[in-house]
Amino acid sequence: MKRALERHLNILEFTLASLLRRKAKNLSLLAMYLLVIFILASLQFFVTALKREAAIILSDAPDMVVQRLVAGRQDLVPARYAAEIANIRGVTAVRPRLWGYYYDALNGANYTIIANDDPAIGPERVSIGAGVAKARNLAVGDLLPLISYDKAPVMLEISTIFPSNSDLIAADMIIISPGDFRQLFNFPSGQATDLAVMVRNPKELPTVAAKIAGQFPDSRPILKNEIQRTYQSIFDWRGGMTLIILASALFSFIIFAWDKAAGLSAEERKEIGILKSIGWETSDVLLLKFWEGAVISLTAFLVGTVLAYGHVFFLSAPLFAQALKGWSVVYPRFQLVPVVDVYQLAVLFFLTVVPYTTATIIPCWRAATIDPDAAMRY
Amino acid sequence: MILNPSVLALLLIALLVSVMGLYAGYYGLRILLRWNPASGSEMQLDLERRTYLVSTIMSYILGFELMSLFLFIYTANDLHLLFTGAMCAAGTLAVNFFGYPVLLFKIVNFLLAGVWLVVNYTDNRGYDYPLIRFKYKLLTLVVPLLLLESGLLAAYFAGLKPDIITSCCGSLFSHESNSFSGDLASLPHLPMQIAFFSGMAITAICGLIFYTRGCAGYLFSIAATLTFLIAAASIVSFIGLYFYELPTHHCPFCILQREYNYVGYLLYATLFGGAVAGIGTGVLMPFRNIGSLARIIPVMQRRLTLVTLVCYLLFTLVVVREMVFSALKLGL
Repeated sequence: MKRALERHLNILEFTLASLLRRKAKNLSLLAMYLLVIFILASLQFFVTALKREAAIILSDAPDMVVQRLVAGRQDLVPARYAAEIANIRGVTAVRPRLWGYYYDALNGANYTIIANDDPAIGPERVSIGAGVAKARNLAVGDLLPLISYDKAPVMLEISTIFPSNSDLIAADMIIISPGDFRQLFNFPSGQATDLAVMVRNPKELPTVAAKIAGQFPDSRPILKNEIQRTYQSIFDWRGGMTLIILASALFSFIIFAWDKAAGLSAEERKEIGILKSIGWETSDVLLLKFWEGAVISLTAFLVGTVLAYGHVFFLSAPLFAQALKGWSVVYPRFQLVPVVDVYQLAVLFFLTVVPYTTATIIPCWRAATIDPDAAMRY
Repeated sequence: MILNPSVLALLLIALLVSVMGLYAGYYGLRILLRWNPASGSEMQLDLERRTYLVSTIMSYILGFELMSLFLFIYTANDLHLLFTGAMCAAGTLAVNFFGYPVLLFKIVNFLLAGVWLVVNYTDNRGYDYPLIRFKYKLLTLVVPLLLLESGLLAAYFAGLKPDIITSCCGSLFSHESNSFSGDLASLPHLPMQIAFFSGMAITAICGLIFYTRGCAGYLFSIAATLTFLIAAASIVSFIGLYFYELPTHHCPFCILQREYNYVGYLLYATLFGGAVAGIGTGVLMPFRNIGSLARIIPVMQRRLTLVTLVCYLLFTLVVVREMVFSALKLGL
């Protein structure tokens, strides 16, 4: 056992020395390798962090949202729906929600306006997100001028500005009282945008939803876990799509690696020839080549993932953000919470190190089976 | 089809494994047909060189195969959120017909891969390639299975469609909702407990006899293989119940999750490790007396036996510990 370990250690030592002897060639390979891993790792970290962020936000969503469809479009829900749904057994509460979007002609931004009967937000008072405050240059105590659908100005006093660490949810949010909401949008009374339904036992959710769908054929119940699932697949899809686009880069790298491994320099050939003539066997040379690959792969993998970590979690992924986040006038600034687990690293390993290793097997074997005399004469 | 990085990684591995498997299989077949150590022809020389290539390729792809088994299960677990009613990998695998066959083939290939590597390692220790024919015959069995597994894997992932919200309504009501609960049929726990502990005891006794006296090798190997099957069934039948502390939860995958301190990885690693070593011991039995290996195989076999014994012991200890300290007590 000890001898076998020593053999590996000795060969590893030799490998390191021989890699250092050909610095230029190996550094260029390492740089390419590192770049590929860096890009893929950044992508993987970024998508996973976004997925987690979405999961955290959605965990506070209501168990079920009931919308009403008219001609396939979402429409307002009459208040009587709420009363009847509340009578379904298992439903603990039904809350009619009032919300909508407000287009600000001044800067072209869309705000999300939500009505809340919280007494802290009395009539003509408003809480706004940090994004809105910044876009309109507002502070607590200022008046937020909005224009109602009747073209009448609505002046609301700002009572709170949400802290910017809630930006991901609240950047574009304006919270006002139901009365102001109806006035602003000329919203018909006795109607709601949709209904939030709470059910005591989560296992009953599908049954309750089926009952609602049966009782109100024009309704569209959506469960929280369906929303979660949809977000999950969207992020997966975006990540996968970007990965497919990057696949060409990966393939070019594989070809590059193949070429580097196949094109032995005269000096390398001579080296292998000498090793074999002093008694190294083919399997020893193969082991040497294995360690060479392992050293390069592991270095590139470690450095690449560490750089990607910094890129995504400290610098907010400037290279990908545009493609993956989407855009908006009032865009939340957010710092992603670092999540790295063994699973992601394993996936990365399989996407990068495995193809690299595969590409180098045959060239390494070719190198290892050279005849010593031919190699030295070369 | 789900376009997810881990799904793409698994498909990529399947593709690489298939291509390399075909390549190695082709040369394996040539070696099998044309091998003649007595000849000094150019062909024989080339074949001798090729054996290094085939061995290297196989070691790599079988290594990948071993790692991808766990990646596959973890991915299945990770994807469960996308399917109505799926609580873990058990549900995801039940989404279409190919899920469980893929898993089965992955496990079979894992074991075969392990055994092939054991044989290959032994063969390389003998100077005259004494096991070469056997090794490449085994290869002609392994390669088609690898290809089949890759095909099933592709079919499985191609058939996955997440239940997401559609424009008319939540998916739950748009079609007849068939939920993939992933309930597994399980054997009654009391007979399984008896079978499990007797299996472990018999394997241990045979193993000790073989380790000290060098006889009953086949018996040990068969016992180790059967115990592997019994232990796998026991995980579903009663071992899982103790970990979950829930008499109705028979899932073999949830123990791989964080909630159970990833204890599943330890259980499966010891179980599979023990099984590979145990089967490997038996596979080497017929070659004990071959000239150049007469002094190598017995040593190898003793080592393998030790591996099986230690792995199974560890497995049993983890199980017993949980049975003693679990809040769940199964009655008779």
